Amino acid sequence: MAHPQPHRGDRSQGPESGTLLLRNSRTEIDRAYARVLDAMSRHGFQEASAFAVKLSLEEALANAFAHGHKSLPPDEPVRLEFSVDGAGVHLVVEDKGPGFTPTTVPDPTLEENLELPTGRGLLLMRAYMARVEYEGRGNRLVMVYRKP
Amino acid sequence: MAQVSSRLRVRKDNDVTQVEFVDRNILDEANIQQIREEIERLVEGAPRPKLLISFANVDHLSSAALGALITINNKVKSRDGQLRLANIDPQIYEVFKITKLDRIFQIHESTDRAMASFA
Repeated sequence: MAHPQPHRGDRSQGPESGTLLLRNSRTEIDRAYARVLDAMSRHGFQEASAFAVKLSLEEALANAFAHGHKSLPPDEPVRLEFSVDGAGVHLVVEDKGPGFTPTTVPDPTLEENLELPTGRGLLLMRAYMARVEYEGRGNRLVMVYRKP
Repeated sequence: MAQVSSRLRVRKDNDVTQVEFVDRNILDEANIQQIREEIERLVEGAPRPKLLISFANVDHLSSAALGALITINNKVKSRDGQLRLANIDPQIYEVFKITKLDRIFQIHESTDRAMASFA
């Protein structure tokens, strides 16, 4: 049976969700962004929301590959779960690394840290997302974006 | 080694080197490293470099790109040079505000204003 075409901005349609296993490849990551952002578009999210979610996902995946998977084979995939409905976007980024303790990251906005080249990913995720939490041993990042 | 195509458009306007990005997304770690190295080579080629980086074509950038800009800024300063940023989309400017990097960088609305700001 043919599925009805979803309408852009139709809030009445049900949630869309998916689970993707992503290797550290720009093609795979861009394809994942397209899946999430297309679902957001169908649920009436505007460009500013797409910007926020794409940036937060980029930071989460960069951390997962660079830190979580630092000592793992380069092809080891990171798991991305997403769920989009009319109210928000729920994201889970899970790596297979030893875990991360967010309190160990120095505040990058302090005067003495402003010129450090790294350490801003978590700050950006927290700025754009309603919820950012590390679960499990610190290898499972849960993020929630709420539609403004 | 294979030749990698440039990720930048570079032009000289008097003693100022103007740089624009080819990519709309400055996210990918390998691209960012290439961009940083290309700009660093431009800075190293001048005794007191005057560098203007335009973000006119840029829709997205990540914290890794911010890190590269900081490294470039430090290099420019170490050579007694001047760095200006211009044409930053409001959404990306917000990223500079959140990270407080608008305090580190001299950011201008347009290329003309940035050009006029060089000492």
